[in-house]
Amino acid sequence: MTGEAGVGDYLALLKPTVMQLVVFTGFVGLVVAPGGINPFIAIIAVACIAIGAGGSAALNMWYDSDIDAIMSRTQNRPIPSGRMTREEALVFGMVLSIFSVALLGLATNWVAAGWLAFTIFFYVVIYTMWLKRLTPQNIVIGGAAGAFPPIVGWAAVTGTVSYESIVLFLIIFLWTPPHFWALALYKQSDYGAAGVPMMPNVVGEKSTKIQIFVYTLILAAAAMLPTFFGFAGWVYGTVAVVTGFCFSYLAWRLMVTHEDVPMRKAARTLFNYSLSYLFIVFFAFMTDNMLTRLGTFS
Amino acid sequence: MSSPYEIRAVEADTPEVAAAKARVRRRRSIALAIALALFAITFYTLTIVKMGPALFDRAL
Repeated sequence: MTGEAGVGDYLALLKPTVMQLVVFTGFVGLVVAPGGINPFIAIIAVACIAIGAGGSAALNMWYDSDIDAIMSRTQNRPIPSGRMTREEALVFGMVLSIFSVALLGLATNWVAAGWLAFTIFFYVVIYTMWLKRLTPQNIVIGGAAGAFPPIVGWAAVTGTVSYESIVLFLIIFLWTPPHFWALALYKQSDYGAAGVPMMPNVVGEKSTKIQIFVYTLILAAAAMLPTFFGFAGWVYGTVAVVTGFCFSYLAWRLMVTHEDVPMRKAARTLFNYSLSYLFIVFFAFMTDNMLTRLGTFS
Repeated sequence: MSSPYEIRAVEADTPEVAAAKARVRRRRSIALAIALALFAITFYTLTIVKMGPALFDRAL
């Protein structure tokens, strides 16, 4: 029923599952930032990050509707399934994007709003329109878009960007390649059919698995930086070491698994674990920060 | 004389399809109304919060 998209279709355009991690990491950036913020304004700031993420997801689906129709994972989305026109998705995405930036600027400050606008621009123009169909490094560089939310949250409170928020950015940035390449390893026929140059389709499985392992080791080390620099305590440090070790072990197991079915299973396990990893690490960072603020460690 | 314009017959929706479309439109309208109400409440509350104690700081 073209032109008769329901409420559920508009919600699906926001990619709510992807949005969860974006909103959570933005929320953590906001909570751990030094200084205070009115709780109502904090709620609006987090809502703006969510709406901005949803708007950019809608614009992504508008632009990618041709390849979404080819891949099994995405062909039931509102546009390829014919329930919504491309124009409807474009207008919806633009309205949400502009609204989220304007509201964040009015509610908090224009530094945070500027970062949110840049995040949306980076995801839609740099990643979706330019890099995604051009290079296997698409999600390495484009992954920055998903890593900006803690900076936005931090800037909403402080009005600035500091090295602490950049470290949070770095953790998500380094997490993105192993996460997406694990997905690409067990969905590579999908990406190949759509002509998207994901790493396994371009350089092969062996090289991709080695790169996943290397990125995971760098990520595990980078996750220790908050404790190393002294803005997180031993609670976070312990969690970062344990989860980083598990991540590295799963990446190593994937690297040494060569048979097709077990390899795909190992890739799926790594992908699922990576989702939990980011949530656990950021939750631990927030908990550690709150315990310190409450004077538990003093 | 043949027309330069192609005239296509538009098939009317069956009663079931028309009713389904009407239901979808109604739900969409309700969602839009809720979104607009939230928008108004958000901006009203935000204005009060931003003004803070200065709300009463004016000549009477």
